[in-house]
Order: sequence, then C-alpha cells, then structure tokens
Amino acid sequence: MKAKAFQSIFRQAFSEAWAKGGGFILPLSFFIGVGVLVAFSVGNRAELLSQISGGILWVAMVAGAFVTMERLYQADLEDGVLELHLQDTGPLTEYVLAKTLAHWLVSGLPMALFSPLVGIMLQMPRELLPLAGLCYSLGSLAIFFWGGFGAALSSSVRRGGLLIALIALPLYVPTILFGVLTIESYGTDQMFINLAFLLSCTLFTLAVSPFMTSAALRMSAD
Amino acid sequence: MVNEMIYARNLGMVRGVRKLFSGIDLDVGAGDLVVLRGANGSGKTTLLRVLAGLTSPIVGEVSVQFPHHWIGHLNGLKPFETAKSHLKLWVNTWGGDGIDRAAKTFQLEKLYAIPVGLLSAGQKRRLALARLLLVDREIWLLDEPFASLDQAARHLVKRLISDHCNKGGCVVTAMHEKTDLVPSLEISL
Repeated sequence: MKAKAFQSIFRQAFSEAWAKGGGFILPLSFFIGVGVLVAFSVGNRAELLSQISGGILWVAMVAGAFVTMERLYQADLEDGVLELHLQDTGPLTEYVLAKTLAHWLVSGLPMALFSPLVGIMLQMPRELLPLAGLCYSLGSLAIFFWGGFGAALSSSVRRGGLLIALIALPLYVPTILFGVLTIESYGTDQMFINLAFLLSCTLFTLAVSPFMTSAALRMSAD
Repeated sequence: MVNEMIYARNLGMVRGVRKLFSGIDLDVGAGDLVVLRGANGSGKTTLLRVLAGLTSPIVGEVSVQFPHHWIGHLNGLKPFETAKSHLKLWVNTWGGDGIDRAAKTFQLEKLYAIPVGLLSAGQKRRLALARLLLVDREIWLLDEPFASLDQAARHLVKRLISDHCNKGGCVVTAMHEKTDLVPSLEISL
C-alpha cells in the first residue's frame, strides 16, 4: 500500500517537475553556463583551470540546483495539495521522498551525467572523468535533499529562493569537502576513504532530511 | 470524551492583533452535523483548520480522531493532471477502492481524460468533493462545500452530508447558504 502511494505521488511530482520551469533544460543549461563562464574568465591558463575544475563543477551544480528549488513545495502549498497530505498522521516521509527524488531525477541527475562533458571543457584530466561523474551523482543527491529542506522551510515566503540558498549552503559543506577531496586524491589510498565519507554524507542526508523536511512543511502550512 | 470524534475545550484564536474567536467548546459524536456560520473573515476557516490539525490554537485544547476528510477552500488539484489521475493518486495514497462510486456520484466520468486546468470552477469543486467517497472516513471537515456548485450538485452534496450523518459519521462544515439540513449544533462566529 505504501509503495503504491509512493509510486503515485512520484508520478505526479515527476510530471510536475518535467512540465514546470523548462524541466531538465533550465538547470542543465545553468550548470553548463557557469562552467563556460569560468573557463572564459580563467582564460589562457590551462593548468590552473585543470586544478580548479573539480571545485568549479560543484559550485556550478549548486547554482543549477537552486534554479528550480523554490517551487518544489510552494506550488503544493498554494494549490492545497500539501494540506491533503498533512491529513495523515506521522511524518510525510513518502511524500517528501517522492517529491525530492522526482525533482533530483529531472534536475540533478542530468547535471551529474553532463559533469564529465563539462569537465573536459575545464581541462579536467581524462582519467578523472569517470570518478568525477560518480562523485557528482552521489553528491547531487545530498545537494537536492538539503535544498528540499530549505525549500520546505521557506515555502510560505514569497520570493524565498535566496532564503533557500542561505539555509542550504552551510549544509552542503561536508558533501563538497569530501567530493573535492575524493577527486584530488585520485590514485592514492586516500581516495576510497574520501569516497566512503562522501557516500556517508549522502546516506546521512537521505536518512535525516526527510524527517526535517516534513516537520518544516507542517510548520509552513500553519 | 472517550467516544467523541471531535472534542474541543475553550478554543481561542487570534489573527494578527484581532481576536477571531474564543471559548469555543465542541463535543461532536456519531451522527452530528455542526454548521459554522459567520461573515467573511469571522474565523470559520481558521476554526476548521484547527480541527484539521493544520493550525494550533492559541488557547484551549482540541483532539480530533484521525484520519478525517478535509475539503478546504483550496481544491488541491494540479492543472496539468487529468481528473482520473487525481482520483487514482488519492486512492493509492489512502488505500480505498471508491473511484467508480465517487466518479459516478459526482458525474466525473465524462471529465476523466481532461486536464483539470481546462475544467470550470464548479467541475473542479466536484472533483475535490469526490474525495469524500474514495475512502470511508467518519469525520468530514468541509469548508464552504457549496462554493461554485450548480443547483444539482448542491442537492447532491446536501444528500451526501445527511446520508453520512445518518450512517453514524459526523460533519463539521462552514457555509453561508440556508439549507434544509438540520444541524445538531450551529455556531455563529
């Protein structure tokens, strides 16, 4: 029964994410655009660009994630769907999981899949590209789940987009630290340790943030 | 208070600096129909939201049996989804089997394949109210159920309300219209 509920909510959330705000194209073009701009602004220094490429991609992904985050719960708050979900006792974990996963699938995963391509543009060493793709896929989950928490807290605020950034940015620090460390320690023994820490950051986010998000939604509906 | 579906003592609420209501006591049991009346802005919706657990009261205590049906003044519909997919979503979430019954009663079959964005206000309201029949729940909390409904649909909703009360459920509703429904309690806010 619960699986069916999850499936239905996910389907609706997915088609909403797909239809609204240009679907995957808007965050993805933002992500690529930031990469292109940095490449231009660093200019004719290929070694420098190559060294900072890993960090740039994280910043670009965070920027891309915020493009569509604001409307994630705001739409449901405004049209009354959230009130209906709140009629169930207990936390809204299925609803939150379905909404955030659908949002990540439409906006986050395309960015992660394109990150090796943008990496090439930023002179990232070729042998790093598969590892980078893995790191950005894992990290983007954490980025979107914490972003969803920020979106839930600020969903009753008009133009709350910047507020989401303010709430979520500090929560991104561990993920981005271990994400960058993993890429930098490529080929050493440290790599697997850093990768394990990155994975644990994502798992911790997946385990904790849905409860925080559903508490925030209960507050926003008041 | 053990057998009561809705129990409230000394409920009070403010909005901004204005007092909306205070000292509201409610004991609603099987078969009761409670009608909330009052001018716009008098606090009917707020009282219903308190009962639905969406807002906490400033003073007083309230306990309402879960789960209940909540039809707020927002319809809770997505413009790009069809009528059928809305009904299916809630049946899957709540675990009932009343899609056919709900669609037939509210004459939604013809609207099944149409995106909700293309429906009229009355048709949307009918679709929202059809949730009442998807699963059986004893408590119905209705905020202006007749808003934008035509004459036939109003009669239908009135009949459903009185049937529900006769079957041992209870209904708390805010409304402006005078109807032939006989409330067991009428609260003027």
